[in-house]
Amino acid sequence: MAIIDTTNKVEIKNQTSSSRKLTTAKAIVEGISQQMEADPSVFVLGEDVGAYGGIFSSTTGLLEKFGPKRIIDTPISETAFIGLATGAAVEGMRPIVELMFVDFFGVAMDQIYNHMAKIHYESGGNVKVPTVLMTAVGGGYSDGAQHSQCLWGTFAHLPGMKVVVPSSPYDAKGLIISAIQDDNPVIYMFHKGIMGLPWMVKNPHAIENVPQESYTVPIGKAKVVREGSDLTIVTLSLSVHHCLDVAEEVSKEGIECEVIDLRSLVPLDKTTILNSLAKTGKLIVVDEDYQSFGLSGEIAAIVAETDPRMLKGPMKRVCVPDVPIPYARSLEYAVLPTKERIAEAIRQILL
Amino acid sequence: MESQTRLDLYTQMVLIRSFEEAILQNYHADKKPLWDIGAGLIPGEMHLSAGQEPVAAGICAHLSANDAITAAHRPHHLAIAHGMDLKSLAAEIFGRQDGLGHGRGGHMHLFDPTIHFSCSGIIAEGFPPALGQAFAFKNKGSDAVVVAVAGEGAANQGAFHESLNLASLWKLPVVFVIEDNDWAISVPKEASTSVVSNATRAAAYAMPGQRIENNSVEEIYKAAGIAIHRARSGQGPTLLEIHTLRLWGHFEGDAQGYRPDLEQVPTHDPIPAYEQQLKQEQILDDQLIQQIRQQANEQVTLAIDYAKASPVPDPSSALEYVFC
Repeated sequence: MAIIDTTNKVEIKNQTSSSRKLTTAKAIVEGISQQMEADPSVFVLGEDVGAYGGIFSSTTGLLEKFGPKRIIDTPISETAFIGLATGAAVEGMRPIVELMFVDFFGVAMDQIYNHMAKIHYESGGNVKVPTVLMTAVGGGYSDGAQHSQCLWGTFAHLPGMKVVVPSSPYDAKGLIISAIQDDNPVIYMFHKGIMGLPWMVKNPHAIENVPQESYTVPIGKAKVVREGSDLTIVTLSLSVHHCLDVAEEVSKEGIECEVIDLRSLVPLDKTTILNSLAKTGKLIVVDEDYQSFGLSGEIAAIVAETDPRMLKGPMKRVCVPDVPIPYARSLEYAVLPTKERIAEAIRQILL
Repeated sequence: MESQTRLDLYTQMVLIRSFEEAILQNYHADKKPLWDIGAGLIPGEMHLSAGQEPVAAGICAHLSANDAITAAHRPHHLAIAHGMDLKSLAAEIFGRQDGLGHGRGGHMHLFDPTIHFSCSGIIAEGFPPALGQAFAFKNKGSDAVVVAVAGEGAANQGAFHESLNLASLWKLPVVFVIEDNDWAISVPKEASTSVVSNATRAAAYAMPGQRIENNSVEEIYKAAGIAIHRARSGQGPTLLEIHTLRLWGHFEGDAQGYRPDLEQVPTHDPIPAYEQQLKQEQILDDQLIQQIRQQANEQVTLAIDYAKASPVPDPSSALEYVFC
């Protein structure tokens, strides 16, 4: 079998080795494809998921493989087609419904948080809604205030949806397969900057070895992506890579950071966070979502509720300050959690 | 129409009314002397469907348990006519452990997968999930259909229009039903809606539209039969608007001071009118009426007793069912 990459017009030959390098986008597509082969109730719908292959290449090649009955372009009508996904799931199908940018949730939020997320509870467990709401997040390429947000904290705040945020090709494939197999609604949020898109600055970590066979990464288990004894950095998504890069830099100065990739907000792996903090006593949260009332505050609350004495000093937050994401590159990079801001936070916390 | 069908329609309407009267009575029984919406055997908002029985009876006569209904915040008539177990329904309304949702849903959030029934308390937002059920039915090659029902106030919501467009585009087996009871809480239709008949809006989505006047159960039965047959045979959706009657308030406790025709409302009650018609045509007589009412009351009494005997959900179980 050969996968035609319509984005790059390059044919990737089937390889006999168990893994080969894939971008995050291709890893996601491979995970969806394998689940679609395994389970005929899985289908994909959304805007431009068919011939275009997903604006961020999350469905590239699927139309050619599975046809228009299972890879379905919708009208620009998020309330109708996200609600459709919920109804189809109620009747036993497993839809993957793409919300092109998470920023567009406003036009369809009722279907997401009042219907998709609540039906299982309201029905006393009698109705399952196994949907995957797949959506692109993040900024860094001057797309302005309505196309650059992360907003995972918003979805994590509302009960009833698992919130999954992969940072790497390997996790992206394993987590999309877990999300499709999950009987709960899962919002799966991929950062555009980790997809390995040919038309956007590629993070070098957006391509890595990915096993060919189907596998799962459990939802709700954080990953210690770098061990260290001096401080704990809790982060997720594209910021994981910024943190790792900075950690390598400061390591040359003898500072050893432990970096935790949360991989999901719901469920949140408190144990991994607390175990690390018990070791280091110092905490930085790096989050590309807005600062107030979100993930970073939640982690602070968990520490305070568990044992505030675990902190040997004030924690630090490197988040988007409470401002719409600006358009001008100079302004946007002033508010994103850049490597410079992360490095500055590390130096301050160790003062 | 066959006499038996007419009798069945009447019987269904009587059962629904009997249930709604029992809920009405129990709802108000222990809220006096100081009104407290959250107090009593039945707490919370209560939107009863008295007067709208013809809609439910006329439509559901064409449906089986394989077909789906999505209803709105005023759902009891449709739930009963579609065959929902009265005991599970009553227990959920009473917020008890043996209710459909084990007390998690309440009367606006009834889910019964055995008859593909659901409802939503958010105006017009039951329409999009109906599309998905229809999509799944079509995908399976089943001839099951979905009837998606909401009030005339819902026809000004985006979700309604998006759903009509998508259902028509994909020829989904859906029948959209607008129950026009003249009032969106206190706002009359002429103050909210740019068209006299919402059925005319069907033309914008290339589907048939029909308005049924006079809350006539037989006219509803006929129109619904055509629309449901059309959906079942793969010809796509239809939009029906049914002029019906909100016999009581928007919710219990609504004094309806805004309603100029308030004193006249009971004279439009569809059940006595239909009863009279069937008596004149010698399909019903007083003895049969008594028998039908008595049977309905017995069923309802059993359901209410069941609900009252069911345990209150254990507070320690409040977090169950957020996730599977």
